[in-house]
Amino acid sequence: MEVTINHYIVLGAILFTIGAYGVFTRRNLIVVLMSLELMLNAVNLTFVSFSQLYGDLTGQVFMIMSVTLAAAEVAIGLAFVVLIYNNYKSLDIDLLKILKG
Amino acid sequence: MVQSVFFYIFAILSVTGALIVVSHKNPVTSAISLVLTLFCSAVLFVLLQAHFVAAIQVLVYAGAIIVLFLFTVMFLNIREDALHFDAVNVPRKLTILFMLLSVVGYFSYTASKKVFANTVLALNDNTFGTVEGIGKSLFTDFLLPFELTSILILAAIIGVVVLAKKGDF
Repeated sequence: MEVTINHYIVLGAILFTIGAYGVFTRRNLIVVLMSLELMLNAVNLTFVSFSQLYGDLTGQVFMIMSVTLAAAEVAIGLAFVVLIYNNYKSLDIDLLKILKG
Repeated sequence: MVQSVFFYIFAILSVTGALIVVSHKNPVTSAISLVLTLFCSAVLFVLLQAHFVAAIQVLVYAGAIIVLFLFTVMFLNIREDALHFDAVNVPRKLTILFMLLSVVGYFSYTASKKVFANTVLALNDNTFGTVEGIGKSLFTDFLLPFELTSILILAAIIGVVVLAKKGDF
């Protein structure tokens, strides 16, 4: 059975779903960030698939931008994680419902 | 034929790694499984003839992002009994998983009916996916977004330095 672009797109959809499931159900802040990385990675896979389909390099250039964005997001997010852990002594995201400075 | 075998092996491996990421209690195990998933994605990029992007994937994700995750987990030094808040709440989780799977099942069914292309393209230029092709594209068509990316990274650096500063804010 020949592998087409459809297979890659469906795989990207499955990986995105698993990442979204992790974001919705996990309460550990670090694992939520990892699930976000999974979702970004699934979108990157779709970008590269369509780039290959149309023979156009724009998708791959956009994927490089997306990887940069992911790196910046993780750096900021983990700085927040350290601060939250120092303040609350826990990583439970359900504790974070007080909007007070 | 060989391409199909490689695709199925690495697709199954990456889905397995993703499932371990979202289901395992220990964050270190999740991080290592995330490495598995991202590495399998890099192999799939090679199958899609995107060699430079595959190298970027291994370098940036496995080399930088996962190390950052592992460093944070080790730095916080969380005890095992401090992770019990993340216990399994089976009915809620199964409901969410079922809803998401029905959505993705619908989209997969739609996508499988619409065939984008019968097979992998026969490419007319041999710089597709190489450093030469992507570099040329980055520095001609996408020069402004490329330079704006440096401002994004600068903002991230300044943000992290401000957050890491001692004292309340």
